[in-house]
Amino acid sequence: MTELVWLVPLLPLLGFVINGLGFGKITKNLAAIIGCGSVLLSFIIACGIFYEDLGRGGEAVQKTYGSWIHAGNYSVDFSFLVDRLSIIMMLIVTGVGLLIHIYSAGYMHDEAGFGKFFAYMNLFMFNMLVLVLGANYVMLFIGWEGVGLCSYLLIGFWFKNREYTAAANKAFIMNRIGDLGFLLGIFLIFKTFGTSDFTTVFNGARSFSSGDVTLGLITLCLFVGAIGKSAQIPLYTWLPDAMAGPTPVSALIHAATMVTAGIYMIARSNILYALAPGTSEFVALIGAFTALMAGIIALTQTDIKKVLAYSTVSQLGYMFVALGVTAYSSAMFHVMTHAFFKALLFLGAGSVIHAMSGEQNMRKMGGLRKHLPVTFMTMAIATAAIAGFPPFAGFFSKDEILTAAYSHSMILFVLLSVTSVLTAVYMFRLFFMTFFGEFRGTKHQLEHLHESPKIMTVPLLILMVLSAVGGFLGIPEALGGKHFLSEYFNPVFGMNTRIAQHEVSNLFEYSLMGISVLMIIFVSRLVQRRYNKKDIPAEQPESKMSIWYKLSLHKFYIDELYDRVIVKPLNGMSNFFFGTIEKKVIDGAVNGGGQTVYFFSSILKNLQTGNIGFYVLMMVIGIVAIIFFTIVKTIAF
Amino acid sequence: MHCLLLLIIPLIFIVLSNILKVKHTGMAALMGSLLTLVVSLIMAFHFNSNDGVAGDFNHAWISSFGINFHIGVDGISLILVLLTTILTPFIICASLNRKIENANAFYSLILLMQIGMLGAFMAKDAFLFYVSYEVALIPIYFICGLWGGENRIAVTLKFFIYTLAGSLFMLVAIIYLYLQTPGGHTFEISEFYKLNLSSSQQSWIFWGFFLAFAVKVPIFPFHSWQPPTYTTAPTAGTMLLAGIMLKMGLYGLIRFVLPIVPEAVAQWNTLAIILCVCGIIYGSVIAIRQNDLKTLIAFSSLAHVGLIAAGIFSMNAQGIQGAMIQMFNHGINAVALFFLIDLLERRSGTRLMDAFGGIASVEKQVAIVFAIVMLGSVGLPLTNGFVGEFLLLMGVYQWNMWASLMAGLTIILGAVYMLRLYRNVFFGEVSDASKTVTPMTMMEKIISWKLILFILVLGIFPNLLLDISAPSVNELLDMIAHHSNLIGGL
Repeated sequence: MTELVWLVPLLPLLGFVINGLGFGKITKNLAAIIGCGSVLLSFIIACGIFYEDLGRGGEAVQKTYGSWIHAGNYSVDFSFLVDRLSIIMMLIVTGVGLLIHIYSAGYMHDEAGFGKFFAYMNLFMFNMLVLVLGANYVMLFIGWEGVGLCSYLLIGFWFKNREYTAAANKAFIMNRIGDLGFLLGIFLIFKTFGTSDFTTVFNGARSFSSGDVTLGLITLCLFVGAIGKSAQIPLYTWLPDAMAGPTPVSALIHAATMVTAGIYMIARSNILYALAPGTSEFVALIGAFTALMAGIIALTQTDIKKVLAYSTVSQLGYMFVALGVTAYSSAMFHVMTHAFFKALLFLGAGSVIHAMSGEQNMRKMGGLRKHLPVTFMTMAIATAAIAGFPPFAGFFSKDEILTAAYSHSMILFVLLSVTSVLTAVYMFRLFFMTFFGEFRGTKHQLEHLHESPKIMTVPLLILMVLSAVGGFLGIPEALGGKHFLSEYFNPVFGMNTRIAQHEVSNLFEYSLMGISVLMIIFVSRLVQRRYNKKDIPAEQPESKMSIWYKLSLHKFYIDELYDRVIVKPLNGMSNFFFGTIEKKVIDGAVNGGGQTVYFFSSILKNLQTGNIGFYVLMMVIGIVAIIFFTIVKTIAF
Repeated sequence: MHCLLLLIIPLIFIVLSNILKVKHTGMAALMGSLLTLVVSLIMAFHFNSNDGVAGDFNHAWISSFGINFHIGVDGISLILVLLTTILTPFIICASLNRKIENANAFYSLILLMQIGMLGAFMAKDAFLFYVSYEVALIPIYFICGLWGGENRIAVTLKFFIYTLAGSLFMLVAIIYLYLQTPGGHTFEISEFYKLNLSSSQQSWIFWGFFLAFAVKVPIFPFHSWQPPTYTTAPTAGTMLLAGIMLKMGLYGLIRFVLPIVPEAVAQWNTLAIILCVCGIIYGSVIAIRQNDLKTLIAFSSLAHVGLIAAGIFSMNAQGIQGAMIQMFNHGINAVALFFLIDLLERRSGTRLMDAFGGIASVEKQVAIVFAIVMLGSVGLPLTNGFVGEFLLLMGVYQWNMWASLMAGLTIILGAVYMLRLYRNVFFGEVSDASKTVTPMTMMEKIISWKLILFILVLGIFPNLLLDISAPSVNELLDMIAHHSNLIGGL
């Protein structure tokens, strides 16, 4: 099966080509079959590769398919690296991707651009799989930019809406800012190691000492890339806007897979980061502050997708903290559980939006549990999972990250603990506002309320099961369990990863678990009392809001700040360059040169009198001068 | 002999297109350009990259001055020869289905320009290079001056005088070099390579060539002829200028400046690269607010060629190889963009961004083609633009990290102005001008998809081009290294 690894990304690419070229000619059913089928085949091959690898014991396999770029002493190959990190990512991407593709066949069924949608989704799968399989930084970069393109195309899927296309542009451009950092990182890697091939680079890095300046710079540059792609401070503002895309897109690209690419990249470069403690510290801090800030913003949002978007930003922050404290395997654990429950949350939200005829404002919802029983049940599990209630998936992975943060630094631990309370608050707020209390929508919406079709609910149920049991892959030893996942990742992370539970006492772990369970119960009761009643508290006028509420509601005015500090000055600079520098200074200088010539010619032209006598005189003077000079020259020599 | 054929075939077809009836001249010119294409492809297939030379033709021209009609190609020339022969048919095709007054003159001038440019790219004699360089200027002067748009006379005159004045500095430098050659003096370029020049001599020669090429490329701040000329010229003229002609300047940098005065390059490249980087940022920033699509692409072109020049001045394998492939790719992308803008302008009568909107809902195919060309232009991986930009930035990075960071802003700003363009023209509600956009004709489809084929194939298999120029570039780098130990540190 490992021989067939090239098919894993190529099958979705084939799906893209067929659906793309046959756009308009292929029926909806066929487009869905091609779209889902190609991902299904990839998933099957990925499972086969996973199984083979278990037998092999985690030895990495590299497959090269020829040279891509060759210039001087630099060369890049088309090559894939199959190791346990890429296998897990491949399984997540194809597995969750498959479920979301199937769900989309139902969700997007009434859309005119159905074929186009599946073409783009398949193109995304191709790029994402290249990203996780690439055996060098440049291959990774192909996928990295490619998923950015697909994100752009899918955010702007409904391209008639100016706001949506603005969001699409914003996403692409903000990602590009990060990409420049990534590129500079690649260049420095080439300058240092003479290649960008993972295996060679990582082997070469072993001879560096911890805290080396070059490695510090490399990891910092790469992290800038990760900040853009994984939506961290200061480049996170594109992700909430990206919710303009269809909901399955939000689930697949902007929650479960693409945005975790930054986490994957750093986990992939774990050897470099382990030797760069300064950068790692920075990664952890950025992660922690992002987690907290996004958590605060999520508290007051009323758009169901926006809440989930900020929640994603916040959870990504958690993962970066894990990376920063070198708990790589915990970060990957959270990537996996997050993929399950966040995909589920988005798809559940999609199901709600579908039922509510496109309504996304939670203030207009309420009491939906009676009408959408399956969605309600799956969302309940997902909420418990993300809040970290045992025994659901989020509990284990979050617990691991909290433990790791604790054993590294108290500040990180406190920041993450506060965030964890916030997570519980905004998730239960979402949950109760949507499913409990009285229905607050229009009459038309009420009549139209329906549970989604099977094609949508079955993926929900599967993801629900995964969100419920996914955490058992990493049961802490304090509970007498075995950490399958960190053992599984041992060939990749080896000694670099921190197993935090070995550093803290069992007592700490028990109390951490106990406190979080109590906290969640307390928070959920509190939120329930506020929202599980006939009428939710009315929206307050701006003037009555507290400063904190306003800051949260207006997202700390970061978008406004960027507009003032970057967008407007850039436009002003553009006008200044064109209006003043180009037109007046540069062109002025050039024309000035021309004018000078004109000036001298206007003097010299006075010689052209038209008077023949004058010309003859000048000629005679000339001849005399020539003769004179000739004589002088002859005498001199 | 193939080289000579490349010059003779267009000449024959110039005669033919003047004999034939006016309505056939376009077809005749197309045939001529296709025939040249075939010859150049044969040449490429026979090209033995190891000895680096193919089919030299050398004939005494003005022997009393040591001037020979000496043409031949190495890997570096061949890339640009291919660029010229590949793009010329596209440029002729793009003009075929429109009514052109004095068509026989128009097409003859295009072919004449092809001769001039091919002559410059193949010349092994500096005098011949200079003559060809100027010969190419005459047809484009008439093309812009006679068939151009608003304000064409003033704009064209400025362009002509500016470039002509610039190349006079080169002429002085060439004559100076000629006088330095031993014995009976020669204009043979390879003899120039062997000269031992003091560093002050090198500096003077460097600036002589630099001024000429900086105007042609153009490098900031010698560019002010370029945006108005691109905007005013008829589309065929803009394509010739942006696609091929400006590469004569970049080619000159590689052919003359790097190998003849490497010490001066090492001495002055900080200044040169700063100018290039300024041009990159300057052009990109201005492009962000342009409303006229042609002007927008003109300024973006300023940024793109600035990066190519910066790569050349960084004097390493990645920078120069990046420049080679990006010269080709920029040609393809610029021609494709100007072709598509012309396609829109011909249907709607305008090329102002404000007037458009929502074309994606009117004509999907136009929108898709434009999107792919745009991706090539912003350098998305697996399109042609990426490989060039990647290698160029990598080359600049090895010279200086901060320069690479500043030059790299092009990938961000490029996305800003191209996506803004795309959003305003193709997305949103359908505007009145957009309603007039009718489906592409057969010819337009063929041109578009062929160009896209180049964008994708060269993005996935860039070695097709890189392998052609590699031996010659290595030779060049050896020469530079050998020539001077001063730059050993680079």
